[in-house]
Amino acid sequence: MRRFNLFYYIKQGFHGAGSHGFMTFASIGIMACCLLIMGSFSLLAINLEHNLAALMAENEFLAYVDDSYDDQTAQTLESEITAIENVASCTFISREEALANYVGELEDTSLYADVPASALRARFSVQVHDIEQLQATLDEVEAIEGVVKINAALDVADGFVTMRNVMVIIALVMVVILIIVSFFIISNAIKLATSSREREIAIMKMVGATNSFVRWPFVVEGLILGLGSSLVAMLAQWGVYQLLVEAVSVYSHVQLINIIPFEALASTVAIAFCGIGLFVGVLGSVTTIRKFLLV
Amino acid sequence: MIQFTNVKKTYDSNLTEALHDVSFVIEDGEFVFLVGPSGSGKSTILKLITAEERITSGGILVGDFDLGKLKKRKVPYLRRTLGIVFQDFRLIENRTVRGNLEFVMRVVNTSNKVIKERIPYVLDLVGLSDKADCYPNELSGGEQQRVAIARALVNNPSTIIADEPTGNLDPERSYELMCLLEKINQLGTTILIVTHERDLVNCFNKRVITIDNGYVTSDMENGLYDYETI
Ligand SMILES: Nc1ncnc2c1ncn2[C@@H]1O[C@H](COP(=O)(O)OP(=O)(O)O)[C@@H](O)[C@H]1O
Ligand SMILES: [Mg+2]
Repeated sequence: MRRFNLFYYIKQGFHGAGSHGFMTFASIGIMACCLLIMGSFSLLAINLEHNLAALMAENEFLAYVDDSYDDQTAQTLESEITAIENVASCTFISREEALANYVGELEDTSLYADVPASALRARFSVQVHDIEQLQATLDEVEAIEGVVKINAALDVADGFVTMRNVMVIIALVMVVILIIVSFFIISNAIKLATSSREREIAIMKMVGATNSFVRWPFVVEGLILGLGSSLVAMLAQWGVYQLLVEAVSVYSHVQLINIIPFEALASTVAIAFCGIGLFVGVLGSVTTIRKFLLV
Repeated sequence: MIQFTNVKKTYDSNLTEALHDVSFVIEDGEFVFLVGPSGSGKSTILKLITAEERITSGGILVGDFDLGKLKKRKVPYLRRTLGIVFQDFRLIENRTVRGNLEFVMRVVNTSNKVIKERIPYVLDLVGLSDKADCYPNELSGGEQQRVAIARALVNNPSTIIADEPTGNLDPERSYELMCLLEKINQLGTTILIVTHERDLVNCFNKRVITIDNGYVTSDMENGLYDYETI
């Protein structure tokens, strides 16, 4: 009997979804839009996070040493810098090394052939653990006797952190709002489905249908809406993302932004969309038909 | 068997005391008219039997079910022993006669094999074998009510309960419908019919329970429905 019932419920669910096709179509469309907006903001946040992580991984700043220090004394500062909590590592770069690095990056080296190494300062290259505490670390390093100047891409780091935090908050708020919107869309579609079948439900109850027997076809219908929407949203998300990737790759020589390929995110997106679709579909239909089951 | 013992029913919504003290017993296989003026509590009695409403005090037994103690999730199983017919037929308009019957058989998990056997039998019983593929709006009122009776009968209930089944029919169709119910009764189904159509009741010489203002005022075998006795 159970197998027969399962088949019956699924058939009834599809029948219901099909019998008011426009409403089904509209519900799936609107809910897919919700999922798409949710997904887009989330993917943006994920990409920012990813770029931030990349930025953090290579994050370093330079601490210049007082001119009056010779290499020997300058190197004694190293232990003081590493003692600071947020400092991951610290490398001494002598005047000669600094010049060699600098010239090495240029195409035409002849200009600098005669520049003496003493024209540059000795420096430390410092890596930090947590980029969000960069400013505090910079202050601490600068306070060390013998460090005269700091050179850090603080603006870029700061901008990224703020943007990432804002995006994460927006994404979360969007997800919550749009889940609620989706819930009402499903609930409304099921309300329509049930009200057009009010007499059938009353007859079912009258001849002794159990509540679950009445409920299941509508739950299946809610599931169809939920899963249908996630499928449509998944495809749309893929398309939107590819467009975005292409748009960014036009400026790719800047190499500032590094976009995660969709393939790497596809399974996560699919699971999230299906999960939300299932959840909202079941919850929306179950809560809506409760009032019909009271008699 | 349907047994009412000192049943009192007060509706919570407006505190109307619809039934004050109602007691009667209907044995299996009986044919009973439940009569009385409008607002006397007839429909309330039927709603209590189907557990659509719950009693305020007293006791009701319907077959093996003690309705005072009946758990909510057992209500469907009570209703499967009852076939219910209303004044307004309540057929599903977008299903054929056959579809209407099949629909209520599916609800109680009937196998395809039984459905295929049972529907022609029931349609033959109510005299609608040639209308199986018609939609309700293609049928007359009398035919629609016979479909409703077929539907009440199709799951093989022990009792058929009808609330003013002839209310929308002309006298001749009403008489035919009662004859049909009498025939069904002779095949073993208990029948309880609510009506206020005095002439019809008096044609049939059956047991008549009279309700007035929430009390049983008379209960007679081979009774008559007579306003003078009230
Ligand atoms: N659902 C209800 N809520 C409140 N009062 C009701 C309800 N149904 C019936 N009543 C009241 O109960 C009394 C009996 O009604 P009913 O059983 O429908 O009478 P009948 O079927 O004999 O005409 C009436 O006074 C009616 O107003
Ligand atoms: Mg009534």
